[in-house]
Amino acid sequence: MKIRVIDRDGNKHELEGDSNSTLMEILRDADLDIEAACGGCCACATCHVYINDQWLEKISPKDDDEESMLDQAFDVKNTSRLSCQISLSDELDGIELEIAKD
Amino acid sequence: MIEKTDVIIIGAGPVGLFAIFELGLLNISCHVIDNLDKPGGQCAELYPEKPIYDIPSRVSITGQQLTDDLLAQAKPFKPVYHLNQQVEKIAKMESNEWLVETSLNNKIRAKCIVIAAGAGSFVPRKIPLENLDLIEEKNILYAVRNKSILEGKDILIAGGGDSALDWTNELSKIANVTLMHRRKEFRAAPDSVSKMLELEKDKKVSFLLGQIHNIEELKNNKIKVLVKNNDEIQSFEVDYLLPFFGLKMELGPIANWGLNLMENLIKVDTEKFETSVPSIFAIGDINTYPGKLKLILSGFHEAALMAQECFKYCFPDKKNVFRYTTSSKDLHKKLNSS
Repeated sequence: MKIRVIDRDGNKHELEGDSNSTLMEILRDADLDIEAACGGCCACATCHVYINDQWLEKISPKDDDEESMLDQAFDVKNTSRLSCQISLSDELDGIELEIAKD
Repeated sequence: MIEKTDVIIIGAGPVGLFAIFELGLLNISCHVIDNLDKPGGQCAELYPEKPIYDIPSRVSITGQQLTDDLLAQAKPFKPVYHLNQQVEKIAKMESNEWLVETSLNNKIRAKCIVIAAGAGSFVPRKIPLENLDLIEEKNILYAVRNKSILEGKDILIAGGGDSALDWTNELSKIANVTLMHRRKEFRAAPDSVSKMLELEKDKKVSFLLGQIHNIEELKNNKIKVLVKNNDEIQSFEVDYLLPFFGLKMELGPIANWGLNLMENLIKVDTEKFETSVPSIFAIGDINTYPGKLKLILSGFHEAALMAQECFKYCFPDKKNVFRYTTSSKDLHKKLNSS
């Protein structure tokens, strides 16, 4: 499963994902400077990413918790998500996203 | 005045709190310093309501319950807490003790320092725009220390949590306040939210839908905040911007204490959990060693071994007799008298 990421400096990366992980875990373990301070329990907003429009609808929508935590993020867009709340699945093979500024 | 204790623990998270207990068993007294206004560290600040499942014997426990229980467990040893302050400086005294100074000018001396600071201290999240340094000093307040400078001023408050709402309500009494948030829903105490909405209705505060896009300095000591809502950009001239986007963690002054670091973590040995500087220890998420796992339970183990070594610094002439808590008369006396 491929994950296509643009980092904060605009560099492109292609990462290998798996359906047992969240998007945040793959980004964190690839050393893409994603802080994920709370470790993935939706208690901070340091894993903020922008999902490419065409992939957005394939992901389960955000719940109230995630929406509230996004209040602590900067430059929140319609495509904003917290990557710890996105479980990877085969359907998301090839997903494209950008890491938000922190 | 300089206070005196055996060991200073930096960080009142779960591992720092358990260190009080482990040191207390060996009759070592502690002062604990933390930047937050309450003990518990990340457990209490980030996820007080979230269950943790890997504390031995606790099938499920929330961050707050764990904190409360650790506080109760440490209480018989009469720890002294210094909250709302950060350790700014440490220095070795002639007596070979450490002198620790906090951001509130408290001075404490001790034989050992135990750093249990997790991912560092919680500090306000700053606006991720470049070249803000000058404005940040003059026009941006991440915390309100002196309300009087805000009297009669034009203020823009950004955020949708408790701090943003509380300060909006409070400062509306003395200043011209606009609250800005990306949506008209707030994650704050319902009382504060209804109060804010009432003030808005009475035209005592204004509400603005949007997010910070850019900030420019003006010649009249004011700043121009460009506010983006969807694709529209409006500009606002204000005296002060108060952004409340929660807290983040930073290593802070610890980085300058001459300890061997690896990627912002403190290197320790796995026998004593001592740093490269003798009598300074590091336990919990802030340390690193081969095989390190950032788990609360690992931090508990590290605290127990650290305490054994601290004993040697605190009581160089005494013999440390290993005792189980089940049979320690000394401990039972302390527990009963508390």
